[in-house]
Amino acid sequence: MRVRRLAAWTALPLAVTLGLVACGSGGDGGSGGTNPNAAVRIEIAEPQHLVPTNTNETSGSQVLAALFSPLVEYDEANKAYEVAAESVTSEDNTTWTIKLKDGYTFHNGEKVTADNYVDAWNYGAYAPNGQNSSYFFEKIAGYEDLQGEQPKARTMSGLKKVDDLTFTVTLSQPYAEFKTMLGYTAFYPLPKAAFSAPGVLAEGYEQAPIGQGPFKMKGTWQHDAKVEVEKYDAFPGEKPKVAGVEFRIYQQLTAAYADVLSDNLDVIKTIPTENLSTASTDLGDRFKTSPASSFQFLSFPTYQKEFSNPDVRKAISMAIDREEITKSIFKDSQTPARSFVSPVVAGYRDNTIGAAGTFDPAKAKALYQAAGGPSRIEISYNGDGGHKDWVDATCNQLKANLGVDCVGTAEPKFADLLTKVKAKQPVGLFRMGWIMDYPSMENYLGPLYSTTGSSNYYGYSNPEFDRLVAEGSAAATEEEAIKKYQQAEDLLAKDMPVIPLRFGQNSFGHSTKVTNVEMDLFDRVDLVKIEAVQ
Amino acid sequence: MFRFILRRLLQMVLAFFGTTLIVYALMFAGQGDPIQALAGERPVTAAQRAYLTEKFHLDKTGIDGFFYRYFDYVTNLLQGDLGQSLTGRQIGDILAAAWPVTIKLALIAMAVTILFGVTAGVLAGIRRASIFDNSTLLLTLLVLGIPTIVLAPLAQYFLGVKWQLFPPTAGAEPDLYALLLPGIVLGSLSLATALRLTRTSVAENLRADYVRTARSKGLVKRRIVGIHVLRNSLIPVVTFLGVELGNLMSGAIITEGVFNIPGVGFNLFRGIRTEDGPLVVGIVSVLVVVYLISNLVVDVLYAVLDPRIRYE
Repeated sequence: MRVRRLAAWTALPLAVTLGLVACGSGGDGGSGGTNPNAAVRIEIAEPQHLVPTNTNETSGSQVLAALFSPLVEYDEANKAYEVAAESVTSEDNTTWTIKLKDGYTFHNGEKVTADNYVDAWNYGAYAPNGQNSSYFFEKIAGYEDLQGEQPKARTMSGLKKVDDLTFTVTLSQPYAEFKTMLGYTAFYPLPKAAFSAPGVLAEGYEQAPIGQGPFKMKGTWQHDAKVEVEKYDAFPGEKPKVAGVEFRIYQQLTAAYADVLSDNLDVIKTIPTENLSTASTDLGDRFKTSPASSFQFLSFPTYQKEFSNPDVRKAISMAIDREEITKSIFKDSQTPARSFVSPVVAGYRDNTIGAAGTFDPAKAKALYQAAGGPSRIEISYNGDGGHKDWVDATCNQLKANLGVDCVGTAEPKFADLLTKVKAKQPVGLFRMGWIMDYPSMENYLGPLYSTTGSSNYYGYSNPEFDRLVAEGSAAATEEEAIKKYQQAEDLLAKDMPVIPLRFGQNSFGHSTKVTNVEMDLFDRVDLVKIEAVQ
Repeated sequence: MFRFILRRLLQMVLAFFGTTLIVYALMFAGQGDPIQALAGERPVTAAQRAYLTEKFHLDKTGIDGFFYRYFDYVTNLLQGDLGQSLTGRQIGDILAAAWPVTIKLALIAMAVTILFGVTAGVLAGIRRASIFDNSTLLLTLLVLGIPTIVLAPLAQYFLGVKWQLFPPTAGAEPDLYALLLPGIVLGSLSLATALRLTRTSVAENLRADYVRTARSKGLVKRRIVGIHVLRNSLIPVVTFLGVELGNLMSGAIITEGVFNIPGVGFNLFRGIRTEDGPLVVGIVSVLVVVYLISNLVVDVLYAVLDPRIRYE
């Protein structure tokens, strides 16, 4: 999912303008008793795609989570456990053997075999297919041969079928957490019926995807309107407690919120920002929060002279009152961050940035002046994401606490901001956000701060850090890997290429007609747990 | 009359190519990096970029590229192919799904405007300076002063959520009842304008010489107003309503968003936000046709209402 627009839904801050006051009608109507024959209605945005290897936004992956069953899922401690896989094992972290559970069938009756995985992954990795999640396969041996305009091969050499229910995956270099990755949407299998010819996706498959999950499609994808699924009776895994799900498509979250208030919709996955302050009165205990993997931070162009001294960066961090901003601007819908990895992954430690994360204006000012920080600070952000408020608040704090001049500069879109950063234009500090792809410290460290990291826009490069992350990836056990990653994180705390600001939370709500609504770390409603009230 | 319509039709062809060229040029000039816009804040992989660039001829830039893409587009358009949006969907399919609901919405809004706006306008015009006249004047001022962006969520909150008189959103396949509230909201703005336009026009015509003549001839008031005054007074109103119909088709962006109606405005808004050039140009081209046709209808109605126009 990578860096995502966190508040893409803030298009029209309607209710704020209106100053709507909560009405508090409704109340909790459900008096026990659930109805297994009822369908529930869940809000999504129009999915971009419904092909597993092409889906990397939350709406599409929410629908696919109903239609497909992943190889692994994550338990309370966010460790991977087998679901559609019988076992995922490796001796050397390079060659992985994946055994599938017997009894899984696709919704058209086809039996799920190793071929279905091998074919789907090869399709996803083959560059001319232009799949959004193709980079997920880059660790597999032979991935390089499928890249470029005229790829050398159509299949990855690292994927080998052993028998009907077993296949092996050879990585180009050892990676201890490969099993953890397998929970991601890109690793679902595709039935034979999905292909019209080997490696060619059948026309129309995307309009009614056939999966091997707990729900099957009911009709086709009705663009901009809804995607309906119903229970698949032959599903061998844990059965859902509702007869079906209607994923209803909304362009604006405020509309979905109004529908939840009047019981016309059952689950809204994100409460619109403008309704956050009234949500607990509107919905009572039907307003819920749960941890999310998102991480907001301010990045330094470390290649610029005025920000090259880590003490300057630490002083700025120290001058920001994170508590104040999360409370007054985000209404506690996010929590202050003082580490580089999110609390949702194994190996997280609280407050790894130490003194730099403790709000202390006097010390900050002294340190800033001693280190010779610039007298004018600019914070760039994308104007379409609802970031103005907190950037301005941060600027005001820097003005007051460091005695510097500070301005927030809005770029029209995040892409424009990144273009400027890539061209190393002086944009000052700039905001970034991160949502993990799979629960691992590596996913927070590697892409963001490695010298060759795909999202390292700040020019941070520390060979020692690169080495530690690589060693962690190659470590024999998860514990050893975490140790290495934590050492790497300590290096980040010393260098402070970015200032951690906030960790995200899911803020969601539901109607009086459903119970047991839970959301996972990937912004998806748990479709096996949700129940309909009679 | 035939020649009149033929001349108008020929003008329409010219106008169509002129406007699509301009819209295409504007979209072309304003486009940043559509591939990145499509991906939001995610980095785009090299493979994905190469795939989309080739598919949409995005590598062709500058003046040459513009004309190459424009002619490519127009050729396809003349064959009835609106092309693909950057998301890979056929624009024809998108519009086919979006039009019916937008047209229904526009018709409801239009009906509300004509039924209430024109009727109240005529009444207010006849009884100038009465309580009815003054109160409608005040009401229209109020409605004109509140933008849709405020009016729509307010109506949704009070009538939909709080008092539950209407469903708060309409969705993709709404029944008439669900479309009523958004239709009224949408119609209320043109209602106010139509009302004031009709009132002024009626009031003015009532003072005209021919009305005095008719009255002195002993014609009954109902006949004077119903036949003579209305016929002349409706000319500016019909002009306004014709243009307004085009507006209603395209300009429901806010209302369609608030009430979650996946119509044309809804799609146009998304196309603009994601810099989806083909989608925006595709929708706008069709909207141009809608405007041209509604203008043609207005012109014909004009000619019907006022024979002098026919012989110009």
